[in-house]
Amino acid sequence: MSMKLTIMDMMRQIAREHGKTLAPLGDDLVLLDSGLDSLGFAVLVARLEDTLGIDPFTAAEDAVFPLTLGDFVKVYESAQQRAVA
Amino acid sequence: MKVRSNAPSLKGRIADAAPERFFWDRAARLCVNRLARGTGLGGRSAELAGRSVVVATSSQLTTALALIELDGVARRLTILPPDTAADHLGALIAGAEADAVVIDQDTPDHAAFDLPVRVVCAPAVVPAEQPSLPHVPTEWVLLTSGTSGVPKMAVHSLASLIAPIGAGQRRDGAVVWGTFYDIRRYGGLQIFLRAIVGGASLVLSSAGETVADHLARLGRCGVTHLSGTPSHWRRALMSPEIGKISPRYVRLSGEIADQAILDSLRAMFPEAGIGHAYASTEAGVAFEVDDGLAGFPADLLQHDRDGVALKLVDDALRIRSPRTAERYLGRQQAGLRDGDGFVDTGDMVERRGDRYGFVGRRGGIINVGGLKIHPEEIEAVINRHPQVRMSQVRPKQSPVTGAIVIADVVLKADCARTGGEQQQIKNGILQLCRDALPRHKVPAAISIVSALDVGATGKLARRYG
Repeated sequence: MSMKLTIMDMMRQIAREHGKTLAPLGDDLVLLDSGLDSLGFAVLVARLEDTLGIDPFTAAEDAVFPLTLGDFVKVYESAQQRAVA
Repeated sequence: MKVRSNAPSLKGRIADAAPERFFWDRAARLCVNRLARGTGLGGRSAELAGRSVVVATSSQLTTALALIELDGVARRLTILPPDTAADHLGALIAGAEADAVVIDQDTPDHAAFDLPVRVVCAPAVVPAEQPSLPHVPTEWVLLTSGTSGVPKMAVHSLASLIAPIGAGQRRDGAVVWGTFYDIRRYGGLQIFLRAIVGGASLVLSSAGETVADHLARLGRCGVTHLSGTPSHWRRALMSPEIGKISPRYVRLSGEIADQAILDSLRAMFPEAGIGHAYASTEAGVAFEVDDGLAGFPADLLQHDRDGVALKLVDDALRIRSPRTAERYLGRQQAGLRDGDGFVDTGDMVERRGDRYGFVGRRGGIINVGGLKIHPEEIEAVINRHPQVRMSQVRPKQSPVTGAIVIADVVLKADCARTGGEQQQIKNGILQLCRDALPRHKVPAAISIVSALDVGATGKLARRYG
């Protein structure tokens, strides 16, 4: 499954668990408008680490604050490439 | 700490012929100066004179009005934060020996609010004759978030609350404060008081408002000074609307500020002063650091500053100052200060060169977005799961999300389980937690491990939160 699909799948699951309604997911969606709150994102980052074995936010030298879902997916894609390389 | 009864009350401070200033929330803009000849309490403040009043207003704007009108009038003001659990109300009202309550139109009805006097605060100021009431040195009671049961009730005076506010604050009305932090907790209340003492306007957050809308509103109101926890700021930095504000001063408090968030704010607001304050409900504001670096200079421990003395006992920070709370109310009569008058913060520090850095909380207490969490409470819920042998809840730091709660779980019986079975158990544990705990206490992730580190005392070895 692609990184994007993995992330979107997990967002849907967390939204269900937290009783939140997700906005239609797309690259340009501003994360804060997605329907997940900051706790929801904390859960997302932790679950992705559990599944993928990477947490690009803790690993990064400089903190990155992704604005859109597309940014967020890119952060994970490049972290995974670094991990493989 | 003796309260100076001749210190002007909050109402006295806004009655100055200062320039007009405003308090905003999402729904309303109030000219606060009008309170000098007006009321939000329907002109009923005289009925609350000398009483122990619980402020149970649902909005921060009505809270602000009630506090201004009742400081110096009520004997005691107990401020309920927005997330006060309904089943703690009885104990809190008994602890406060409350005989009056201030509510607003949206306060949920509760039997505990059946007190001799009940006054409704409107989100508006109407002209009213000002009753001539004797000045009372009001006790301010703030609730802590550090306990898993009924919150502790810390008693402050107006003098201890405003002691950290520098005399150098400009009084030209050019300052517009904003706070992400609710003014019904210590960190937010500091900002409310700074606005009043400094003659500034104040932009309050509103329940249910999105980060984007709040930032846009802060921008429209021309916020110049903005305060929040590191978690609030991380969230703001993830919003494109952050571009709508350009504060001259950025303040962090309520959680430990790490270097990543300080650097990110510096990059976003290159011209702004950026300061992080170390404060807690019990200890008050101990110090503010404005050199852009995490932690604090080691020489703060050597010299008292503005009457604030720091010391370390077993690596934990203790504070003695005129800004600390005086005592706890109710059941916990003792225990706020040690024999030398120091308040134990429970925050563990470590020396790194000429600075001290914070390394966590004693006892593994976890701070999630300013709310303190005892790991034992969560472990007790997880351990109810029939497949769980033992569990340990720990914080995980992330520069983006702040601290989150992770649970390491050891399962019963050593038989190997498939990934699917493990997932099912994890889901079951999460479901248990969601049913029994508030959202911020539900672990963000469950990790199944083969063993946990048990120390020589037979207790789980907890690293500092």
